[in-house]
Formats: sequence, C-alpha cells, structure tokens
Amino acid sequence: MIHVLILTVIGVLLALAIGLVAKYFGAEQDPRSDQLLELLPGANCGGCGFAGCADYVKAMLEGRAKPGCCPGMSAASLAKASSILGVEAEEHERKVAVVCCRGDESVAVNRAFYNGVTDCVNAVMVANGGKACTFGCLGLGTCARVCPFGAIEITDKHLAVVHPELCRGCNKCVEVCPRHIIKLVPAKASVHVLCSSPESFKIKKGVCSAACIGCHKCAKAAKEGQITFNGFLACINYANPPEAEVADVCPVHVIKKSE
Amino acid sequence: MLGEYLALIVGAVLVNNFVLSRILGICPFLGVSKKLKTALGMGGAVIFVMTLSGLVTSLIHHCVLKPFGMEYLRTIVFILVIAALVQIVEVLLQRLSPALYKALGIYLPLITTNCAVLGSAIICAEGDYNVVKSTVFCSASAVGFALALVLFASVREKLELAKVPEVLKGPAIALLTASILAMAFSGFSGLGG
Repeated sequence: MIHVLILTVIGVLLALAIGLVAKYFGAEQDPRSDQLLELLPGANCGGCGFAGCADYVKAMLEGRAKPGCCPGMSAASLAKASSILGVEAEEHERKVAVVCCRGDESVAVNRAFYNGVTDCVNAVMVANGGKACTFGCLGLGTCARVCPFGAIEITDKHLAVVHPELCRGCNKCVEVCPRHIIKLVPAKASVHVLCSSPESFKIKKGVCSAACIGCHKCAKAAKEGQITFNGFLACINYANPPEAEVADVCPVHVIKKSE
Repeated sequence: MLGEYLALIVGAVLVNNFVLSRILGICPFLGVSKKLKTALGMGGAVIFVMTLSGLVTSLIHHCVLKPFGMEYLRTIVFILVIAALVQIVEVLLQRLSPALYKALGIYLPLITTNCAVLGSAIICAEGDYNVVKSTVFCSASAVGFALALVLFASVREKLELAKVPEVLKGPAIALLTASILAMAFSGFSGLGG
C-alpha cells in the first residue's frame, strides 16, 4: 500500500514540477502570434504553402514568410498584419482561377455519351470521358463542388465558369480538375485564352468549333513576348500581359476580356 | 580508485558498448544514422540526457527505492522519472539556451523512452553503483553510444556512393554494416577488464 502511495506521490510531484517549470520558466510566447492568428481566416486551407494558419504565423514571426502569402486574407487584415510585424505593407497580388475552355455542348463534339456518376474524375477514368477534345471541360461539376466559396458555376450547356468576383484563389479547383485546364492567374490580367489544347489545327477543328486555331494574329497585335505559342495554342504571358484590345483581333473569339 | 573509474569508462565506451555489444538503443542507431550531422546531434542529446538521468535515477534508487524496499517498481519509476526529466530539461533549455535547444531539437523528446537511457539506469541500480559511479558509468555509456552512432553514420554516408547489389539495398546493407562494426568492436573484449 505504502509503495503505491509513494509511486503516486512521485508521479504527482513530477507532474507539478513540469507544470510549474513550464509556467514560470517556459519560453515566453510572442504576444504577436495571437493577434496574427486572429487576422488570418482560420480555414487552414494551406493556400499559403504552410501546414495551416498557426504554422504560417510561426513562419511569419521567424521571418521565413511574408504576410502576403495568404490568399484568403482581406486587404485590411493584411495591412494590420504588416504593421504588427513591422514590415512594409505590400500589395497582395490577388489571383483568380480561370477555366481555360469554352467548348460547351453547342460547340464541342461528344465522341461518346457518358452516363455514369456525375463527376469529372470518374468520367476521365471511364475511357477519358465523353468529350472528343481531350483538353475540354467535361462540365460535370467536380470543381464547383470542391470550391469553398461557391465561385464556380456550371452552365446549362455543361461548361464550368469561374466568377472572378467570388474567387479567392485557393487553388483547390486547379488541383482537382482531371483535365488540368483550370489555371490560377493574376486578377488584374485583362485577357485570357479560353482553350487548353496545343494540338494541331486539323485535330482541334474536328472536335470543337471554339478552339484556338493558332493563327498568330493576337501575337502580332500584342507586343513582343506578351503572347507565346505552345504548339497551336496561344498562351498569355501573365508576367507581361497584353492589352485588352488583343481580344478584338481573334477570329474565333477564344481570347476573352476579363469582366 | 582512479584505476577503477578508468576501467569503468573504457568498459562502458568500448568493451561493453551499448549498441554494438549490449544491443540497446538500436532504433535511433538505425533511424538517425543516415547523415553524420544528425548522428552528431543525436549523440550529443543522448550524452546530455543519459548523464542527467544516471545522476537522478541513482539518487532515487538510493534515497527512495532502497529505503522503502520497492526495487521491484524500479522500471516504472525510472521510466516516469526519465520522461519527466527530459520534459523539464526541454522547457528549461528552450528558455536558457535557445542555441543548444535548436541544436538538439527533435532528438530530445525522441530519447525520453530510449531503451539505452533506461538500460544504463537499470544496470547501475542492479550493480548497486553509488551516485558518482553511476553518473560516470552512464555518461561513458552515452559516449560509447555516440561513438558507435557517428562511426556507423560515416560508414553509411560512404555507402551512399558505393555500388550496392540490388537485393541488399536499404536496411539490409545497414544491418550488415552494423554487424561488421559490432564484430570489430568485439576486438576490444578483454581490454580494461
């Protein structure tokens, strides 16, 4: 009996010792960490590249990260966080997702009728889906379901469209799209190419009447280096974006102005 | 007196090396021996904790366990004490010496339940070593552990560049290397008595 008592006493004493040491001698926590944590959205989405909001706060306090990495932070919170950290408030480049395809049912050819689970990932597993163009939006709404902000709409003609005013740039749809046709682009870019297929004009024309035909008219209208070509596909250089007028020269209207 | 301690130290570091002859603490021996740098960090942490735990457990052995005749509870008490000790040391270190805390880093909590730490404490209690003798023995054992770890890590670093047969790649060649190292250490037997 006495042995049990002694063991209990040892255990309690040790527990007390740990508690007291941690309380009175423990490393002081930075008081800024709580304030910063309050400013973050707390969604732990991982958009900043760290394991959750708390980890990001730690990285910021250690100077490993800047306050502008969080995609969900409002401009006011960002300014506050910057002043807490004592760093210069930087412009937080807002990014939005864009679905690089405009081949809805009226323009794109279906080579098969897909009658399975309404999910793009499943459709791709079954012989690569029904749409003939392998770079086309399947329009089954996987991206819309994964979007935490409800920013993606599936149109009546089965095409995913991002509403940029609702998009917070969390990258979730980009990761989930089995066709890899959703891109994260700077919100201030004025034009986007709504096609992702670099295949030859002949192949593309056979499957979709809304595809980029690779005519280079836009590249000629834009300045050097603003539009590059990947096969038969025009690609906007988002580091040096062209003017919105470029969209007017496109004969197939595949270059779209941002709203 | 001096000769006795010298024999104790040589015996603990080389002859009865904790890893290579007593086969204790194999988990960190295989786990953190891929790089020399981490091996040095782990070795340092083990020396630190084992010296401290040798001192404290032998004090407890002499002042608490023996007078109350509760030696049969030794294992439980020692595990409890060592784990609590490491926790306290970790908190204190974080405050008093952040540089050392950073260097030991993840290895400190890792060795709370390392069998080499418990093993050395139990060997001391079994032999009924006095407080000074147990502290010396435990720190010497830890040096032996660190020595084996560092030697093994440097061999493994060289092995990365060597052409290893497909079937032996990974843990297989590591275990073979460890056994050759252990055989080499058996050459020390008879030294220091």
